[in-house]
Amino acid sequence: MKAVLDKSPDYASLKKKNKFINNLKRDVWLYALLMLPFAYILIFRYAPIYGVIMAFQDYNIFAGIKGSEWVGLDVFRFIFQQDSFYRALKNTLALNVYDLIAGFPAPIILAILLNEVRLAKFKKITQTVLYLPHFLSWVIIGGMVYLMFSNSGMVNTFLANLGLAKIEFLSQKVPWLMTYISVGVWQHIGWGTIIYLAAMTGINKELYEASDIDGCSRLRKIWHITLPGIKSTINILLILQIGRMVSIGFDRPFVMGNSLVSDYADVISTFVYRVGISSGDFSQATAVGLFQSVVGLILLIGANYIAKKLGEDGIW
Amino acid sequence: MVSMTSSIGTKKKMSAADILIIVFIVALSFTCIVPFLYMIALSLSSNEAIISQKVGLWPVGFTIETYKTILSDVEMLYTLGYSIVLTILYTAVCMFLTICGAYPLTKKRLMGRNFILSALVFTMYFSGGLIPSYILVKNLGMMNTVWSLVLPGAMSVFNLIILKTFFTNLPESLEESAAIDGCSDLGILMKIVLPLSLPSIATLSLFYAVDRWNGFQDALFYITDKNLYPMQMKLYQIISANQQLDSQQGGEGSAGAYIVPESLKAASVMFTTIPILLIYPKLQKYFVDGVMTGAIKG
Repeated sequence: MKAVLDKSPDYASLKKKNKFINNLKRDVWLYALLMLPFAYILIFRYAPIYGVIMAFQDYNIFAGIKGSEWVGLDVFRFIFQQDSFYRALKNTLALNVYDLIAGFPAPIILAILLNEVRLAKFKKITQTVLYLPHFLSWVIIGGMVYLMFSNSGMVNTFLANLGLAKIEFLSQKVPWLMTYISVGVWQHIGWGTIIYLAAMTGINKELYEASDIDGCSRLRKIWHITLPGIKSTINILLILQIGRMVSIGFDRPFVMGNSLVSDYADVISTFVYRVGISSGDFSQATAVGLFQSVVGLILLIGANYIAKKLGEDGIW
Repeated sequence: MVSMTSSIGTKKKMSAADILIIVFIVALSFTCIVPFLYMIALSLSSNEAIISQKVGLWPVGFTIETYKTILSDVEMLYTLGYSIVLTILYTAVCMFLTICGAYPLTKKRLMGRNFILSALVFTMYFSGGLIPSYILVKNLGMMNTVWSLVLPGAMSVFNLIILKTFFTNLPESLEESAAIDGCSDLGILMKIVLPLSLPSIATLSLFYAVDRWNGFQDALFYITDKNLYPMQMKLYQIISANQQLDSQQGGEGSAGAYIVPESLKAASVMFTTIPILLIYPKLQKYFVDGVMTGAIKG
């Protein structure tokens, strides 16, 4: 009896091992396919994550990570004393908050309006036109903005013809901010509607019919049927956007910024580029990048947690 | 007079609210068209007219000199051809990796599937940042090679998950019957799954292609050799040339190294945009489908 008891676990582990090998054999093609994507992720996604240890070193490009001197948190201490870092952080947050306030509701409103339009052909044509800016690069958009809003551009010419004063869209604080934000809204508003329009097609038509019979006004239908129908989509996109509060794309601020507006246009991504790549302070720039990644992850988890606490769907 | 069919099927007249909505949408659509009209007008106008600010949405002092300049500029044409080849190469590499990654992960029986999926998804929310990637590209000896514009951004995990969703939604019975007939997993992928997923593969290829065509940041970081500049980088150099405002870039091109008239800038913007304007309307449906699938995935 004892012998049997002793032997049985061995037998089980042997069987387990066989099953493991059999599974490997059965799925050998699948693993072969996975090899390259997995290697890709390791090299181009996880190796840079390993590379963040540069932030804790006095990184020397010739010595590499292995040969560089460890400095603990000195790099972070140094950065947190820099005014230029706080300026970049503050500008990143400010631009993202403005983008959230102006840019987040815009596609929702446009989607609701488009959903109210019943002229199929008209809808199709305008949608094609409204989606177009999404496919333009920021370099193209930046070029257009420069040509249109410079002092001799179309908009100022138009203002001058009306007898109004010129506005320095590209060099004064408030006009520049307005330009930056509205161009962002303009670029995203059309494309952003797709996801909401898709959610709206999922709303039960009978709800609208029932409310028609009850004599509901259009606004009430939008408020009580359409908006609740797209609420979970709104939540998910809001969580994602809050998670991105400290991260900011590079192209848009870089192309639209210039030396006259750098006090409010220099953001974390352009700061990292300037400090890291232009000046070669790799440790500092890496530390700023790491700070951004970590805060971003915390914000995302936090927003997701709060959404779930409020009884909404999270992103995971 | 103007009537319409509501969702319920009854005909009703257009209300004031309907007209307001339509006016608003038309006005918004105009803001998407006006910049192009202005670019075309600038590019076809004489420099004198531009400097004296006479040009609105219609060319003044009509001339096609700037387009002649661009089309006879060997460098510009070279960059255009190079960008097209680069975009095709990038899209092919990305799609290959995405398909190889997405198909095995549809199989629930695959050992380690959840681990690999989590490892992929994690990279969507956390990254090492710009500088470690830059050092990596440098250490791999890819600076100033075409590979620096292909490999670091090859395969997006988001697209991989979209494709995995597509694959999962294919009818299972087809794959099962092929498996019973002795088809290997690779055979099933090649003979059944891929032919059935051509629309989704087209969609994702377009996403990748647009990303590459519009990509600028990596070229700014990794490329200093003019022969390897993609279109956007070339355009940036033209636009930022002699911009009194621009000094962030600092290096060659700015500081009045050479004068680029506004009409040439506008023509260059159009030259870079035209490929997109040509293909976009025909392919719009695929893009929209792609976003929808991404949305269903949630």
